[in-house]
Amino acid sequence: MRFRVDRDALADAVAWSARSLPSRPAFPLLAGLMISVDDSTLTVSGFDYEVSTEAALDAATDAAGRVLVSGRLLAEITRSLPAQPVEMHTDGARAVLTCGSARFELPTMAVADYPELPVMPTLAGKIGSDVFGAAVASVVVAAGRDDTLPVLTGVKLTISGDQLTLAATDRYRLAIRTLPWEPADDLGTATALVPARTLAESAKALTGGAHVSIAFEGNADLAGKADMARVAEGTVGGNGLVGSGLIGFEGSRRRTTTRLLDGDFPKYQSLLPSESAATARLEKAALVEAVRRVALVAQRTAPVRLSFDTSEVTLEAGGVDEAQATESLAAAYEGEAMTIAFNPSFLLDGLGALDSDDVTLAFTTPTKPAVLTGKDPEIYRYLLMPVRLTG
Amino acid sequence: MTGHAAACSILHVDMDAFYASVELRRHPELRGQPVIVGGSSTRGVVLSATYEARAFGVRSALPMSRAHRLCPDAVVIPPDFAAYSAVSAGIMEVFRSVTPLVEPIALDEAFLEVSGARRRLGGPVEIGEWIRARIADEQDIPCSVGVASTKFVAKLASTRAKPDGLLAVPPERVVAFLHPLPVAALWGVGERTEESLLRLGLRTVGDLADTPVSTLQRAVGSAAGAHLAALAWGRDPRSVIPTEPDRSIGSEETFERDVDDPVRIRRELLRLSERTAGRLRDSGQVGRTVSVKIRFSDFSTITRSRTLPEATDVGRDIYAVATALVDRLGLQRARLRLVGVRVEGLGPAAAQPRQLVLGQRAFGWREAEQAADRAARRFGAGAVRPGTLFGRRPPDPGP
Repeated sequence: MRFRVDRDALADAVAWSARSLPSRPAFPLLAGLMISVDDSTLTVSGFDYEVSTEAALDAATDAAGRVLVSGRLLAEITRSLPAQPVEMHTDGARAVLTCGSARFELPTMAVADYPELPVMPTLAGKIGSDVFGAAVASVVVAAGRDDTLPVLTGVKLTISGDQLTLAATDRYRLAIRTLPWEPADDLGTATALVPARTLAESAKALTGGAHVSIAFEGNADLAGKADMARVAEGTVGGNGLVGSGLIGFEGSRRRTTTRLLDGDFPKYQSLLPSESAATARLEKAALVEAVRRVALVAQRTAPVRLSFDTSEVTLEAGGVDEAQATESLAAAYEGEAMTIAFNPSFLLDGLGALDSDDVTLAFTTPTKPAVLTGKDPEIYRYLLMPVRLTG
Repeated sequence: MTGHAAACSILHVDMDAFYASVELRRHPELRGQPVIVGGSSTRGVVLSATYEARAFGVRSALPMSRAHRLCPDAVVIPPDFAAYSAVSAGIMEVFRSVTPLVEPIALDEAFLEVSGARRRLGGPVEIGEWIRARIADEQDIPCSVGVASTKFVAKLASTRAKPDGLLAVPPERVVAFLHPLPVAALWGVGERTEESLLRLGLRTVGDLADTPVSTLQRAVGSAAGAHLAALAWGRDPRSVIPTEPDRSIGSEETFERDVDDPVRIRRELLRLSERTAGRLRDSGQVGRTVSVKIRFSDFSTITRSRTLPEATDVGRDIYAVATALVDRLGLQRARLRLVGVRVEGLGPAAAQPRQLVLGQRAFGWREAEQAADRAARRFGAGAVRPGTLFGRRPPDPGP
């Protein structure tokens, strides 16, 4: 094996692939990155049995071949190389990398023992990479991070004709984003439960190209029939363990696959309030700043209280024995005067996920979910459960 | 008031062979004989032993089977925690009649700051003797008292005074008292630290005192090194802090026989979680951190914990975290000797705003468990409990 390649292209590809490598691999081979070259293409790939990554780039190839080296070490080396072309070749059991006057020799691992990367599932469709990246980012904020309820650490992806819906919830909030896409065939309806963190990283990494292709084999479709209350109690919802289904994303010469989660995502449509008793419309940036300021005195999980009245909202936090803060903002409010309290970081997550200048908050009662929407409620909704105040 | 008498005002009072002494009070015919208090099953450990039994090498925490071999003639009495608690309450009452500054360390020992009682009861030594006489008179059990200007020296002094004695170490004698002691006598020196110190040839506290702090810090770490150097010269800035509130509430269970059955372990976690939650509710507290403790059949012990987004006093929540923590260990039928569940980071329940949950039922687990508490108050513990815990005896009162 012998090739020459652009330094930045190599560093990018290696950094991307290395990021999904396990920090404590089940066995040492899985900490490796596979470098393979044929005619004029260099492929960098990694795999830990759950997530696989593969990045292709142009290289001047003198001799085809493949080599398996420590991913972490290669990433650190390529990141630090001078701005010169990189030359790499094998020398017996070692891989030699030279760049300018820098020269590295790396031990290699047995290529033959390395597991086969999973085959990309059947193409389901494609979507603009920027739109997809933004949509995913606006939904993963609501995904659970706590693996006591593993199914809630996933994003539910639902395909219905030319419509793609992403939904995530950690029991306290629920984000739903609907967007058009180009299905490859008439798929009808299909669903997949994708680990939120991997989805977020993949969507972000693939914004380089124009489109992202999505391909998946759904796992046993439980179609979100579980009752939210029972999922939250952990009495239904399956084990949320990694299942047999697989989803792949491809774009800008990179592809990644990840195992789908098994389990029963809660049926979230029924959680959406059918009507509201009051709505408030206000400038998003002003609200974000006010919440941030007032929340400075809210300790740990203490809430921020919002009191709405005809043309104004007053934000308050803190208590009698602690620091207190209040701030008022103009708001177009329709409904009876109401005080409702939220976890400030949950509120800020929702506001940050909206891509509009104004935000509309719809309420029913101070103990029912509030719905945050931007321009079009059909495109993005963020449901947020309030905090019940004592006394 | 002289400087030295004022400085020497901390008492450490410790009952001698507490459980065994309480038992001898009920069985006077056993006085002078080796008596062991401990679990009667073969899995038990020695909880307490009279000095006659200690002469055979029997000591606390020894497995009962070993104790039997060391001292086959010993009389073994199963523990009666209710009786020990009652005696303990009486002892603490005596302490509090001397000073409000009582810091209990265990059922049978406490630190007392007595400078305020001098006018009423005399010097620290007189107070110590007065306490010993009162406890012998009221409770009919012996205790030992250490008197010093620091907690740590007071505790060492009471240990040296045992059994049934009193030792005062005034400040000018602290160094002479400490320096001949083995390094293991110092607080914070366990087996590992002791090994590290012995490797450097440091056998006595005096050896430590003569060693540069930087050398100690290299051997045992910077914080521990500085701590040891201070203790070696009798410096211990900790003051007597009256009864601290609970920092955590929890419950644990040693199995009759080692258990590897995941179903059985989960059931035990459920029982311990419910019991812990009940205690939290009784005390009007909620906690944010759930931890589990696992002891394997080889006695190696691990704990794992997780902090929740919100404080809880609900058994179901605690159970969900506890099982997730245990599942994550991947035990694969490892044999367990003990499991424990604990909730830390406590705060008052009343002041807690509650983050509501999407799709929440009007009456959830919290309300169900509160109803079970009310039933338990009326009909006794275990009147209402989860179905998986049925067909078993009601939960034991915790230790």
